[in-house]
Amino acid sequence: MTRPKRLVATVAHRAAILCYVVFALFPLFWLLKVSVTPNDLLYSEGVRLWPSRTVFDHFDFVLRHSDFPLFFRNSMIVSLSTAFIVTILASLGGYAMSRFTFRGKFWIVGLMLLTQMFPLVMLIAPIFKILSPLGLTNSLSGLILVYVAFNVPFATFLMQSFFDGIPKDLEEAAMIDGATRFMAFRQIILPLTLPGMAATLGFVFTAAWSELLFALMLISGVDASTFPVGLLSFVSKFSVDFGQMMAAGVLALIPACLFFFFIQRYLVQGLTAGAVKG
Amino acid sequence: MASIDITDVRKAYGAVKILHGVDLTIQDGEFVVLVGPSGCGKSTLLRMIAGLEDISAGEIKIGGKRVNELDPKDRDIAMVFQSYALYPHMTVAGNMSYSLRLRKTAKEKIAKAISGAAEKLSLTPLMERRPKALSGGQRQRVAMGRAIVRKPKAFLFDEPLSNLDARLREHMRGEIKKLHQDLGATSIYVTHDQIEAMTLADRIVAMNAGIVQQVGSPLDLYDRPANLFVAGFMGSPAMNMFEGVYRVANGGSVELAQGIVVPLAGPASTADGTKVTLGIRPEHVVVGKDLAGGLAAEIDLVEPTGFGTILHSRAFGRDVKAFSLERGLAERGDTVSVSFPVERIHLFDTASGSRIG
Amino acid sequence: MASEPYLYSAPALILIVTVMLVPLVIGISYAFRDMTLLDPFSGGFIGLDHFRAIAKDKTFWLALKNTVYWTGYSVALQFLFGLILALLLDKPFYGRGLAQALCFLPWAVPSFLSGLNWAMLFNPVVGPIPHWLYGLGLMSAPDNLLSSPTHAMWGPIIANVWWGIPFFAITLLAALQSIPRDLYEAAAIDGATPFQRFRSITLPFLAPTIAITVMLRTVWIANFADLIVVMTNGGPADRTQIVASYIFTQAFRRLDFGYASAIAMVLLALLLVYSMLIVLLRQTLLRER
Repeated sequence: MTRPKRLVATVAHRAAILCYVVFALFPLFWLLKVSVTPNDLLYSEGVRLWPSRTVFDHFDFVLRHSDFPLFFRNSMIVSLSTAFIVTILASLGGYAMSRFTFRGKFWIVGLMLLTQMFPLVMLIAPIFKILSPLGLTNSLSGLILVYVAFNVPFATFLMQSFFDGIPKDLEEAAMIDGATRFMAFRQIILPLTLPGMAATLGFVFTAAWSELLFALMLISGVDASTFPVGLLSFVSKFSVDFGQMMAAGVLALIPACLFFFFIQRYLVQGLTAGAVKG
Repeated sequence: MASIDITDVRKAYGAVKILHGVDLTIQDGEFVVLVGPSGCGKSTLLRMIAGLEDISAGEIKIGGKRVNELDPKDRDIAMVFQSYALYPHMTVAGNMSYSLRLRKTAKEKIAKAISGAAEKLSLTPLMERRPKALSGGQRQRVAMGRAIVRKPKAFLFDEPLSNLDARLREHMRGEIKKLHQDLGATSIYVTHDQIEAMTLADRIVAMNAGIVQQVGSPLDLYDRPANLFVAGFMGSPAMNMFEGVYRVANGGSVELAQGIVVPLAGPASTADGTKVTLGIRPEHVVVGKDLAGGLAAEIDLVEPTGFGTILHSRAFGRDVKAFSLERGLAERGDTVSVSFPVERIHLFDTASGSRIG
Repeated sequence: MASEPYLYSAPALILIVTVMLVPLVIGISYAFRDMTLLDPFSGGFIGLDHFRAIAKDKTFWLALKNTVYWTGYSVALQFLFGLILALLLDKPFYGRGLAQALCFLPWAVPSFLSGLNWAMLFNPVVGPIPHWLYGLGLMSAPDNLLSSPTHAMWGPIIANVWWGIPFFAITLLAALQSIPRDLYEAAAIDGATPFQRFRSITLPFLAPTIAITVMLRTVWIANFADLIVVMTNGGPADRTQIVASYIFTQAFRRLDFGYASAIAMVLLALLLVYSMLIVLLRQTLLRER
């Protein structure tokens, strides 16, 4: 290529990248903008890129005079518990998948793939029916139970891919050195999979943090509401106070973004393992 | 230290048979090398001794005790892996002491054992490093150190040098031999490299396709290969092999292609007209200028190795390789005479592959 | 020990079976029963009544049509823009790491929040989009796209594309980066133009990844109701109702679990047929090669 031609190509390439970045960030920018726009300017300066005056009243209201701190706490409890439990179960299961050939493995993998294929909305009614006599509707434990089960198959595949990346020789060496298989797993393999476990934790946290439909169905009281449920109740209860809603939205975004930058390196593995998940 | 007895050991994955009944006794303190091409079952056999693979049939005893049902940890053996399998999250000292810590050995004893091993392998300045910060040769030595700190009943080596470059491999070969002479430990060493096998072994076990082909001292295998496989596998450049027919006439001879007749040292124990294969090592082929002394051969490739010269030639419609320490014997295109001294000829039955004289 | 792998995988398996498989079977049984949450006398076996009702249910047929529309456009646009983004990011340039992180960020935004966010952007009072569309002459007045009887579906689709581009871009970028670089060098030495290199090296290498991701993603998006529930709740007049959101509405708002389960079974059957067709198609294509 000649020099001017190459220059044009470079400029076009950077411009295209810029378009994507703007497209990706603009909605989030608007979210932030509305959350700091005072109510009296919201309508008069609706289309302006940045309001002439910014305030933190909405955040103040959301944090001090609404139920959102409670929703935030509930969501945190649910998402963190789910993430930790799933990561432990998936580590065990993924290890079995990665290291053993055993009778029924084919069917177990098939079963786990199936759970990734069928519409989860199918389960909304029966799960409600099963959990309600057990007192697990309107309870965070019920929600955790459901989320753990939903996320275990994908997390197991993900952990399996991490275990597959660790040479078998290592635990064989440990077993010859005098360890049982479980000791080899705990002392040699797990420490090496810690980054993978952290990634799994991040993926599951993000998934649990975002779940909406089952939370809506299973939770009706304010006490056990998670963030999505609380945020949606905003839409109906108040005559849509955009400023407050978006301030709450910004708060909901923070943990998700933190975890995103934390698991960024593992996105490829995660998405391949859970190709059917979000 | 202990002896190892292997009795009719078999391995099969479903219908695929990997080992077809191996019998082998390894004496206390002996260094035995299992050698063969990849896929011959030598690594599988080693892993079965270690307890990393189930034994489909037969029995393995270590120190007179049946170990078929024992976990690797209870067999009291040490193993050096091809990949070294060093624990990446532990220091050199941590790697070497892991087995002792698992056995709850006293701290002072551990410290003594690993410092002794480190000294022997000149690892002392590296004890606090992690495997990532070591060179290939250093990692190899740590793997060895991890094996020797424990004074196990036997050492198993699974192609431990194949990830090193040629010079380092030669060096470590010597180290392993010295170590064995020092410790006198029963050792089983798997390799596909026949030089390693020749130089290290007290006894070589040559394997192919899941069957033991020959067991013997290195020079035994080299000088009197039991069959065509061993003859072709041991030695580099490889032995020349010519198919022909055995003739009883003239006190035993072989008739090769184009009516060429090669006399033998004496009659062989086979019938007249049997299809046989005549083998002769390149270094035993005599190359001369005087055409009356042998078979006419045209040189088509000359490979100087520095140490000597490999001559590739064409005679009686076959390729004949010769190795000579002399330089400048011939140029490409020259016609020379090649002859096969009778006392250097190996004779095999072509159909069965077995040695007949 | 032979039982070891079972011990390791047992906890996960037990959960999957009790919380997913058992409800799935129960859910299938609901499809043949009269099952309403608030009616204590419900629960009787009614045979195929629900399925007969579905056949006559205009909303269901509309939702089915909408599902095809929603899934088709969402997947096609996500894939197209995802592929372009992957190709753009495959080239090394200064600041690539940051650009990549920012472009992939929408993936991390919770789906309900993406829905609310885009609903706001489409809102003429606080959002800019209606004004832009009006300014460009694409709209006669700055109205809310989400309440348009003809084009409402494009609201959730655009939100879905925004949210789903990263998924395709990440998967395709990984596949791109696994193509051996020396292939391109060899082709360049052989005199191939950039476009020829794309066609003869990049596309064949990406094809398996594309096939599997598109198929799995299609199934997933057909089931993905969050954005629609949040943005339009199926409205206006069921114009944006897809089958998955219709199931949710039946179960959640009308508490008619029997009918919801029956629709879910129909959806499951359709998705199974779709997957089978794709697998068959793939095999015929592979055989012809």
